[in-house]
Amino acid sequence: MADTPLARSAAFTKLKFQLTRLRYRTDIILSIIFVIVFGFLVLVPLIKIIIVSLTYQSFDMRVIRDMKKLGTFTLYHYKRIFASDFSYAILVKPFINSLLVGFGVTAMAMLLGSLLAWAIVRTDLPWKNFFDSIIVIPYMMPSWVIALAWLIIFKNNRVAGEDGMLKILFGITPPDWFSYGLFPIIICLGLHYYSYSYLLISGALKTVNSELEEAGAIAGLKKWAVLRKITFPIVLPALGSSFVLTFTRSMGTFGTPALLGLPVRFFNIPTQIYASISMRNMGDAYVLALILVVLAGIAIYINSKIVGVRKSFVTMAGKGFKNRMNSLGSWRYPVAIIILLFLFVAFLLPLLLLVWNTFLLLPGDYSISNLTTHFWIGDSDYRIASGEPGIFKNPGIWNGVWNSIRLGVLAALINGFLGLFIGYAVVRNRGTRLSKSLEAISFAPYVFPSIAMGAIYLGMFAKPLGPIPALYGTFSLLVLIVVVKNIPFSSRSGISAMLQIDKSLEESARLQGLPWFKRFRKILFPLTKSGFLSGMILTFITAMRELSLIILLVTPTTRVLTTIIFAYEDQEEVQHANGVTLILITIIIIANFIVRKFFGNKSLMGLKES
Amino acid sequence: MSWIELKNIKKTYSGAPAVRELNLKIEDKQFVTLLGPSGCGKTTTLRIIAGLEEPDSGEVIVDGKIFFSREKGIFVPPEKRRLGLIFQSYALWPHMTVRKNISLALEQMHLSKEEIDNIVHEVLEKVQLSEYIDRYPSELSGGQQQRVAVARMIAAKPSIFLMDEPLSNLDAMLRVDMRAELKKLHHDSGATTVYVTHDQVEALTLSDKIAVMNNGVLKQIGTPEEIYKRPEDLFVARFVGSPRINSIEGSLAKKDGRFFFEREEIRTALSEIDDSDMSRLEKLSEGKLIATIRPEDIGVSKTAKPGWLEVVVTSVLPAGSETILTVITKGNVELSLKMNGFTDIKRNDRIWINIDPGKTNYYNEKTGKLILSYFK
Ligand SMILES: Nc1ncnc2c1ncn2[C@@H]1O[C@H](COP(=O)(O)OP(=O)(O)OP(=O)(O)O)[C@@H](O)[C@H]1O
Ligand SMILES: [Mg+2]
Repeated sequence: MADTPLARSAAFTKLKFQLTRLRYRTDIILSIIFVIVFGFLVLVPLIKIIIVSLTYQSFDMRVIRDMKKLGTFTLYHYKRIFASDFSYAILVKPFINSLLVGFGVTAMAMLLGSLLAWAIVRTDLPWKNFFDSIIVIPYMMPSWVIALAWLIIFKNNRVAGEDGMLKILFGITPPDWFSYGLFPIIICLGLHYYSYSYLLISGALKTVNSELEEAGAIAGLKKWAVLRKITFPIVLPALGSSFVLTFTRSMGTFGTPALLGLPVRFFNIPTQIYASISMRNMGDAYVLALILVVLAGIAIYINSKIVGVRKSFVTMAGKGFKNRMNSLGSWRYPVAIIILLFLFVAFLLPLLLLVWNTFLLLPGDYSISNLTTHFWIGDSDYRIASGEPGIFKNPGIWNGVWNSIRLGVLAALINGFLGLFIGYAVVRNRGTRLSKSLEAISFAPYVFPSIAMGAIYLGMFAKPLGPIPALYGTFSLLVLIVVVKNIPFSSRSGISAMLQIDKSLEESARLQGLPWFKRFRKILFPLTKSGFLSGMILTFITAMRELSLIILLVTPTTRVLTTIIFAYEDQEEVQHANGVTLILITIIIIANFIVRKFFGNKSLMGLKES
Repeated sequence: MSWIELKNIKKTYSGAPAVRELNLKIEDKQFVTLLGPSGCGKTTTLRIIAGLEEPDSGEVIVDGKIFFSREKGIFVPPEKRRLGLIFQSYALWPHMTVRKNISLALEQMHLSKEEIDNIVHEVLEKVQLSEYIDRYPSELSGGQQQRVAVARMIAAKPSIFLMDEPLSNLDAMLRVDMRAELKKLHHDSGATTVYVTHDQVEALTLSDKIAVMNNGVLKQIGTPEEIYKRPEDLFVARFVGSPRINSIEGSLAKKDGRFFFEREEIRTALSEIDDSDMSRLEKLSEGKLIATIRPEDIGVSKTAKPGWLEVVVTSVLPAGSETILTVITKGNVELSLKMNGFTDIKRNDRIWINIDPGKTNYYNEKTGKLILSYFK
């Protein structure tokens, strides 16, 4: 039938219609491009992980000793990991540890986050604005800063190097379980991740209209019933989001477990992956990575079941209602002071310790005579720190500063625009399969553990791939992976920004004859600017403090601050590590301050998760 | 010349039809209203004309030029149709001043700065908003925003205006004023206008022609008088007019060589009808038929009159210029009546009414189609 002239011309008109129509449907064109490109950047890695995990790798040849089998199909890695003598060490223990870390941190973070959110949003606590603006600072710091501080205080010499402060000043040697491993990992991560829960839950609480609660009270509900029937359902999506976010992140986190776990051979799955990859044992590493992917998927699934897919979308930019405050009575000031103390311990103390530590010639010696400015402004001296010059005189560090800022700014810009375009494409096509696929695929990078994603990109871009040249060793590769990893967040904020614009605003411009680009520039962009900016600052922060994602991809010329810190810590050059950490945090805080100052103060409040 | 033709337009949303087999011709310089209950497909039809919605099949033709035809592979995008559209929400750009709202599209047209400025001032003068030129939409009242939307539309000088319930967000008083202004605007500009509303009074006052829609189907198109006096089917009869038209179920009868419509004690003569007409009517009505009469066409008397029907008043609703009565006949038929001004008739009073055969239409009970009308 395709051969009759009639059928051919019918097919031709159909095509002609679609083409003329598509020319003016930028949303569809964008959707198609994004689905293809992201599909490539997300699905190819996933397939690649699966293939590698199912074939013999060169590392295995040491055991197998049969070169012919290289690259052929096998369940070898799965057997090795799930059912062999190594299973306990490679899988079971790290798996249990990851779960323990995940649940421990989630419990601690959500408890802290919701208590603080409630106290700050819904009570007559004094100094609220101050708390509200300062409480999210841990969010801006890399998650392992507190771990660095922990080591300064609680290190014990039984495991490595010098004593910690506690031993030196008070003569107390903390036990191993206190200095290293699960316990400090949970504490340190909990003190970081509470800020996520706080942001999400306080945002939801701000949208709870106290009139609703009053209506409930008038309708005869008891105080507890009001909380259970009205307040709780409204904050449930936020609780769900912060659960998934904290759980998946802390389970898959690398930095803190590496700093506090490795010295006592405490492995969780990410550090085990890192260890496997360092040994070039890709097969094992990728099976473990798949396990993390599946776990993240399960957490997201459970959350969407409990909260409902639609409702799991928490908007932080909600309108502030007039809230009637719960009175704390005579507890007002005591509670405020407890929060102050908490904030002191959660971030001021760690920062002060880091600062102090950078002025010590020999770490652990707190006498006046041991103070030095060498690590900041000293010239290279072969007797100190293997001759590393002070931070301000260190070209390697300056290069890292430049790289980090470049990475942050580029990723922020690209993600900002991508987020808007994705949001536009998804929202304009709402309900179609194309739109759903785009939304799903934009969310996919979320489930990849950073360390595993880095490993895959390492393999994927080591050689030229189609039209893409070999990117390994280039700065572009860092930008690429950071952008891809952040797409879930920027697309979420893009979607919610676009949802807030009635489509008639664009349609009226269409009827007035404005072409797409002009509509975007004159109408859509200005109206979504605040969402765009908050998405940008978030990406900037995430990119600046990113470690596990890029640690496998940096080369000496593309080193960024986080990998420099990790390297110094690895070489036991703690003063340098701490000093560079401080520089990193300073840059992030200054950038955030600038954005808030110039573009309104909602920036961090744009945090959205699902 | 700006006429619009919709041919066999069909549009479904994920399987649910919003517009089915719509054929509609709108002549040059006419003011045509799409009228119908909520969800009947008015907005969809308007958006199809504008190009914002793509029908599943059918053609949209303007001035003989095909704007849309899947079959012929033609699609002219909204950007190129040069139509003016006013949204229910006005869709003013909130981040732009009134001036910028109006001039944005003009900048697209390669006009000089002075020309643009002149047009902006001219249209603002027309809608009497000159002093609000530098305000933002949020600083204007609903009525003023509505007028900015009008100004923005006419600035680009389209020869076709499309309006989707432009007055529905205004309060009752303002709505009446704006109605007059829109009518004047149409008159002055001579633009062909398609106006969507579910308010029948608006439709009756503004339109040259009214197209009544229900469930995605065009029920009838005609002048307001035709629509009001000669509704082609019961849906149209019942949708237009307030209070709702009276409908009385009954049957045909013949007595003493004269023909009647009968329901218990109600009996109206069918005039100018002979035997052949009668048998045709009987065929058309398939036995049962429905007589309709507008409340204001029923005569009312406080005293008995020969041939008039005695009824009991069940409610009295005065509304200033008129009073609506509902009454019930002995045979339990409920009717509404309209009287001028106020009345001293009270609930449970006995009154006499006259169902004027010269104001009565007859419909087939099953199909709802008109079979005999007093209005030719
Ligand atoms: N984008 C859409 N997706 C799915 N269904 C739609 C969409 N737009 C309209 N519909 C459906 O099509 C039908 C017609 O809708 P339309 O908006 O044309 O009604 P309307 O006559 O303008 O009603 P109203 O007076 O309430 O504005 C409705 O049943 C509506 O639910
Ligand atoms: Mg409508």
